[in-house]
Amino acid sequence: MAEFAAEGRRPEILFWVGCAGSYDARAQKIMVAFAKILNEVGIEFAILGNEEGCTGDPARRAGNEFVFQMSALQNIEVLNGYEVQKIVAACPHCFNTLKNEYPALGGNYDVMHHTQLLQQLINEGRLKLQGGGAFEGKKITYHDSCYLGRGNDVYEAPRAVLEALDNELVEMKRSRTKGLCCGAGGAQMFKEEEDGSHRINVERVREVVDTGATILAANCPFCTIMMNDGLKAEEKEEEIMIYDLAELIVNNNQW
Amino acid sequence: MWDVRYMVMKQYDVSFLKKVSNLKSIISYLKRMIQSIIFILVAGAALGYAGFQFMKIRRNILLGKDEPTERDTAKAWQNVAFVAFGQKKMFKRWIPAILHLFIYVAFLATQIELIEIFIDGVFGVHRFFAPYLGVLYTGIISFIEILSVLAFVGTVIFLIRRNLLKVPRFHKIEMKGWPTLDGNLILFFEILLLIGIFSMNGADTVLQKLDPAHYPDTGNLAVSSWLGPALFGGLSEGTLVLIERFGWWLHIIMVFVFLNYLPKSKHLHILLAFPNTFYANQNEKAEVENMPEIMNEVKGMMGLVEMDESAMEAELPEFGANDVFTLSWQNILAAYTCTECGRCTSVCPANTTEKKLSPRKIMMDIRDRAEEIGQNLDSGNPEFIREDARGEGVTLTKENYDDGKSLFDYISREEIHACTTCMACVEACPVLISPLDPIVKLRRYEVLTESAGPSDWLPMYNSIENGASAWQIPDDRDKWAKEAIASNE
Repeated sequence: MAEFAAEGRRPEILFWVGCAGSYDARAQKIMVAFAKILNEVGIEFAILGNEEGCTGDPARRAGNEFVFQMSALQNIEVLNGYEVQKIVAACPHCFNTLKNEYPALGGNYDVMHHTQLLQQLINEGRLKLQGGGAFEGKKITYHDSCYLGRGNDVYEAPRAVLEALDNELVEMKRSRTKGLCCGAGGAQMFKEEEDGSHRINVERVREVVDTGATILAANCPFCTIMMNDGLKAEEKEEEIMIYDLAELIVNNNQW
Repeated sequence: MWDVRYMVMKQYDVSFLKKVSNLKSIISYLKRMIQSIIFILVAGAALGYAGFQFMKIRRNILLGKDEPTERDTAKAWQNVAFVAFGQKKMFKRWIPAILHLFIYVAFLATQIELIEIFIDGVFGVHRFFAPYLGVLYTGIISFIEILSVLAFVGTVIFLIRRNLLKVPRFHKIEMKGWPTLDGNLILFFEILLLIGIFSMNGADTVLQKLDPAHYPDTGNLAVSSWLGPALFGGLSEGTLVLIERFGWWLHIIMVFVFLNYLPKSKHLHILLAFPNTFYANQNEKAEVENMPEIMNEVKGMMGLVEMDESAMEAELPEFGANDVFTLSWQNILAAYTCTECGRCTSVCPANTTEKKLSPRKIMMDIRDRAEEIGQNLDSGNPEFIREDARGEGVTLTKENYDDGKSLFDYISREEIHACTTCMACVEACPVLISPLDPIVKLRRYEVLTESAGPSDWLPMYNSIENGASAWQIPDDRDKWAKEAIASNE
C-alpha cells in the first residue's frame, strides 16, 4: 500500500490478509491463491504488509476490550491515512470486525469477504472457470464458517462459486444457519479446549466423513486449520482434502 | 357499563317484579347473586395478587443497567409481529412448532371467551353474548372448541415427548428438579383447563334442550354438540347443572391459577416474548457491542482525542458484568423470557462435545440470581446492606445491596471459557434471546476488572499489543507474498 501511496495511486481494492494468512503456513497458501486470482483477473490490489495489524477479534471476544481497542484504532489510523474505501478480507473474522465493529470506532469502509468478490467476478464474467477441471463431478461438501454464515448471513455466495466449479455439492447434516462451529472462534484458537468428551473439530469432521465427500471446501483460514487437525485426529487426511474456495479455483484453472 | 346492566336486566330481570312472589325465583336470584359475589372476590384476589407478582418481576428486571442502544422502531415492531406473534422462528423445527401453535392459538382464542366468562361471572348471567351474536356466537365458540381439541392433542404429545420419548434437550443437567416439574405442571394445567371447557360446553348443550329459558341456544357447537350428549346424555337436570357449573368454575379458576403461576414459571414467555422481541438487539449477530468508555480512554492514550483529566482521576470503574446489577435490564428481561426449551443448548458446539457450557443454563442462572436478589430486597434484612453503607436508619435498597455473592456463584469460569462465540444459540432462540451477550460481558469482567481469565490467552494479548499480531512471530507480515513472487520469477 505504501508503494501505491508513494506513486500517488490508489489500488482498486485493499486485500486484508489477517494474522492467520500472514503467519500460518496452511493459511498462507490460501492468500497466495487469492492473490493469484486477483492478478489473473487483473484487479489492482494492495496489501498493508507490516502496517496491517490484528483486527482485534480474538482479544475482543476473550473479553479484553483494551487490547481490541488499541489494535483496532491503530488499524483505523492506517486505513484512514491511506483513505482506503474498499477492503476485501480472506478471513471471515477480519471481515466481520472491519465491516461491523470498526464503524463505531470511526472506521467506515466498504468491506467484502473474498468469497463474495469471487462470486461477483464469476457473475460479471471477469473470472472464467475452465471446464473439465480437476473437481468436475467430484463430491464436495462445504463448511459454513460462523462469522460469514450466521454472523453475517452470507450462505449463498460461496455455494454459487462451488456450483460454478461444476461439482456435486453434498450438504452436511448441519449446514447454513445450523452449521456447526469448527471450534476456533471466540479466541478458542489461542487456548486449550475446556474438558469434554471430544474436540469440536472432531465432531465436525465426523459429519464431513458422513457425507462421503472427498473434498471439504472452507472460507476461513481458522476453519481450515481446525478441520485439518480434525481430519488428522480422525485419520482421514489421506481421503479428504480441505481447500479454501480460492484454492479450488486456482487448482481448477491450473494457475 | 350501564348498557350491559340494561341488557342484563332485559335478559333476566324484567319479569322479576312480576314473579317476586315466586319463591323459587328468589332462591335462584340469590344463588346467582352469591355466585357473582364469590366470582368478584376470587377474580379480584387473583388479578390483584398476579399484578403484585408482576410488579416484582418488573422490579427485578430493572435491577439491570440501562444500556442505551439504537433501535429501529419499525424493525422492533416487525420482530414482535413475526417472531413473537407469528412464531416465525419456531418453524425451524416443524413438529414442535405445529403442536406449540395449536396450544398457542387456542390460548389466544380462549381470551375471547374469557370476556364472556367475566361478564357472566360479574353479573350472574349465562352466556351473555349467545342471544346477541347468534350464528357468529356458534362460529366463535366452535372455533375455540376445535382449537381446544388440537391443543389437547398437542398437550398429550408434549407430555409424551417430555416424559416417554425423553427428547435429550429436556433432560440436560440444568433441567433436574423444578424445571422438569414446571414443564409438566403447565401441561397438566392445560389438560384441566380443557376438561373445564368441555364439561361446561357439553353439559350446556344437553341443558339447552331441557331448560331453554335459562340456557340460551348456542347453535350446534363443533365439538360439544356431539360430545355433550355422548358424555352427559340421560343425566338428571340437577346433575347436569352441577357439571356445567363445575366446568365453568374449573375453567376460570385454572385461568386464575395460570395467571398466578406464570410469574414463578418458565411460562412467563407467553407474555414476555413480546417485549423481548421488541427490545432485542438488531445488529448483525456477529457484532459485539462497543465499549465507548474504553474506546475513549485508548483514543486519549494514543493522542487521538483530548484526555479528560477528571475522568482519569476518578475511581477506576468496573468493566463488564459480574451480577445482574452490571448486566443490562434487557439481559434480565431475556432471562425471564426464557422458556427453557433448550434449542440453544442442543446446537451449542461446546455442549454437544460435553463441555460444561449450556447457553440455557446461563439464562436460567441470570433469572435465578435476579429472583434471589429480589427476595432478599423484599426481606429488608439489613444484613444485605453493604458494610460501609450500614448505619442508623439506612434501609436496604438495590444501590446498597451486597450479599457477598455474584453471578459467578451460579456460573463457573469453565462455562464461559468454553464458548466459541459461534452464535448458534442466538440463531436458535425462537424469542430472540442472546445468551452470547451476557457471556461476553462476564468474560469482560473477568479480564478487565479482575485481570484474570485463561492464562493461555496472555501470549495472544501481548502479541497483539506489542507485535500487532495474534501470534508472536518475528517474520514480516508480507513474507508469504514476497516468497510467492520470488518463486514465480
